[in-house]
Amino acid sequence: MSENLSYSAKSEVANLIKRRTRVERLKIALSKAPISAWFGMAVLFVYFFAAIFAPLIAPHGEAEIFPVAYAPWGNGHIFGTDQIGRDIFSRIIYAARNTIGICLLATFIALGIGTVLGIIAALDRKYLDQLLSRIVDTLMAIPVMIFTFILLSVFGPTNFNLIVILGILESTRFFRISRSVAVGQVVLEYVEVARLRGENLPYIIFKEILPNIASPLIIEFGLRFIFIIFTISSLSFLGIGIQPPSADWASMVRENAILIQYAQYDLTAGLTPLIPAFAIALLCVSINFVVDWYLYITSGLKDDVK
Amino acid sequence: MTSNKSKELLLEMKNIHIDGFSDERWHKILKGVDLTLYRGEILGLIGESGAGKSTMGKAAMGYTQPGCKIIKGEVNFNGIDLAKLTEFEKRKIWGTKISYVAQSAAASFNPAHRLMDQTISASNRLKINPTDVLKKDAVKLYESLQLPDPENIGDRYPHQVSGGQLQRIMTAMAMSPRPELIIFDEPTTALDVTTQVEVLSAMRSIVDKFNTAAIYITHDLAVVAQMADRIKVLRYGEEVEEAETRDMLSNPKEEYTKSLWSVRSLIKPEETNQDYILSIKNIDAAYGSSKVLYNVSIDIPKGKTVAIVGESGSGKSTTARVITGLLPQSKGEIIFDGKKLSPKLEQRSKEELRKIQIIFQMPDTAMNPRQTVDEIIGRPIEFYQGIKGKERESKVIELLKMIELDETFLDRLPSELSGGQKQRICIARALAAKPDLIICDEVTSALDQIVQEGILKLLQKLQKDLGVTYIFITHDIATVKAISDEIVVMYQGEVVEQGLKSKILNPPYPDYTELLLSSVPEMDPDWLTNLLNKRSS
Repeated sequence: MSENLSYSAKSEVANLIKRRTRVERLKIALSKAPISAWFGMAVLFVYFFAAIFAPLIAPHGEAEIFPVAYAPWGNGHIFGTDQIGRDIFSRIIYAARNTIGICLLATFIALGIGTVLGIIAALDRKYLDQLLSRIVDTLMAIPVMIFTFILLSVFGPTNFNLIVILGILESTRFFRISRSVAVGQVVLEYVEVARLRGENLPYIIFKEILPNIASPLIIEFGLRFIFIIFTISSLSFLGIGIQPPSADWASMVRENAILIQYAQYDLTAGLTPLIPAFAIALLCVSINFVVDWYLYITSGLKDDVK
Repeated sequence: MTSNKSKELLLEMKNIHIDGFSDERWHKILKGVDLTLYRGEILGLIGESGAGKSTMGKAAMGYTQPGCKIIKGEVNFNGIDLAKLTEFEKRKIWGTKISYVAQSAAASFNPAHRLMDQTISASNRLKINPTDVLKKDAVKLYESLQLPDPENIGDRYPHQVSGGQLQRIMTAMAMSPRPELIIFDEPTTALDVTTQVEVLSAMRSIVDKFNTAAIYITHDLAVVAQMADRIKVLRYGEEVEEAETRDMLSNPKEEYTKSLWSVRSLIKPEETNQDYILSIKNIDAAYGSSKVLYNVSIDIPKGKTVAIVGESGSGKSTTARVITGLLPQSKGEIIFDGKKLSPKLEQRSKEELRKIQIIFQMPDTAMNPRQTVDEIIGRPIEFYQGIKGKERESKVIELLKMIELDETFLDRLPSELSGGQKQRICIARALAAKPDLIICDEVTSALDQIVQEGILKLLQKLQKDLGVTYIFITHDIATVKAISDEIVVMYQGEVVEQGLKSKILNPPYPDYTELLLSSVPEMDPDWLTNLLNKRSS
């Protein structure tokens, strides 16, 4: 039989589709983004901008006290002042910094601990897996809110303790997700190839497995961030979360709650405690919009066109 | 095989154009293919993966996969244009007039329902006959498909029967409403050669019996030669040529058609020596409590190729896992290069790991989908030799040249490569470690014929240049003939025979070797008929 003149390994795929760069793909995704995603991104941009540049934007200091307590709206205080005379508008901006900062740190700690342990459990599938999984089950069986409450009472309600405790308690969810997704990856031959090469554990976790399970983790990161905001806000509302004089939306709701009674005399006064509450709600809804969109892009739902 | 003298037209597809949508773009899958099929005739559709043959087969039912659509063309079935019907109208035809047999029966059955209920479900849905009549008919179908215990097999669940049986039950399911057309989409590709013979003969006899027309989709020309009256070759969504089976086999017109079975012409003279690089002695191994290897001993001569053959479940891949240390043996020892290898992967030195490399069957899962070719090949170079940066890149390019690719491939991801290119990259990755022994685990069985030939030639060339030893695990005898020096035959976890290729492939054979060898389809259209006659006599 003669040599195959027509065959060459290089030209095996005649109609290979050229890969788009990340920027191109991002552009396409953005151009198809629904209005809700745009809204979410715009709001998040404003929040992060406010958090980062708080001292530049805020007209007054975070703990600066003015002579008039419960001042009405206007007159140099856009949303008035609180019970000891601090400017509410400035405190709302500073609160973005505190709340978002603490929640982000806690979420990152949860992501880090949960993901690494989850992948290790998936790689092991034996005693270590059982041990870690049962510990996680136990932690998940205790309501996060109550458990945090107890731990904070024991260790003291500092910001550091708050971040670490929530980071550890919420890592259980990341553990569950990363373990279940990684189990599907560790049995694939490319992980075996890495093990056969003699690669160490960190390389296998971070270079081989993590890039392939990133999308569900990013989605969980967004949702978990919202839950941590809720938890911290609830704690602050109860008085053991973020401590004064640091501004925080939930504690602002509590501190100014009494103003609601005066709504019949001055509507704006009645609205004052609702503004920080609205700030929390808007942030959570916006994150949800963006996460929904990301989920839509990565899940392959978009490929179902008829 | 039926003669198609009567020539009553059943299906006529004209100028079919189908586009697929992926990665936010439309691209062409079929570019104007015609197809005609007469009553009682079997048409073979063959081509490489990506040729559009499955899309064509599905289009014959007026169906396209999600993300695909028929842009242009007619699908005239019995005078009705299926492409124009609504989904509701098509559902009346699907499962009754036209039925479909998928590649993986195991994935196509609902695991929660009994086989009988699934066999008659389409006929039942359209109330062709009362249920008890359908059930009686199904038993008859089981019988003519030579299923064991036809009376009761329908009461079982899908996981309670073997893969070959499941594929035959699926054929019974397709046959139950007595369709005028059956589409077989690679129905035997996932089966062992020994099982394939049974399934092929069952399918052929039942299609003959009811004079049903069929479209048989496959990439294996030898299989299609047994089944089809006429063969149509597709490539890149276009027709290459079409001819009667015997004409096509004896006198293919196009260069491409000739190349489709070229692997069968590759032959290697055997050589051996007594200098063993690897000896495994009296190995037992088990997955949990189920034992899979019994007292396996194999010697691998240095610089040569040993093929391990056997059907699935024979323990050939497990042997590879034991050698690599992925599955520690429970008994016996492995001597590599004069030294004893520790059973556990973690206890082997980096140097020992470097010297034994493995190439897997599915290049898709053997490469990290998020790494570029540069990272995939470069990592072992960096890991074992400590070479980084520019020097590493030039080494990678050197390896790419060795596998007949070039530096334009450096920044590609696995998803941007063809099946053959992927397997070449896997070979380069193994070579990057400068190994003494490469275990090739079914490396060509997921590839098209022409690509297989390229890969086998490459492996032979590399052995000549680098003196590397291969263990070649395969169930394909044509591949064995093409590449091996020695052959080990395995059956149910034991070694049946080991010896030089000429000794194993020539009579007298032990029973199992005989069965295995005779089950490999040959290009002769009468092969199956002759084989069945021989076996029944």
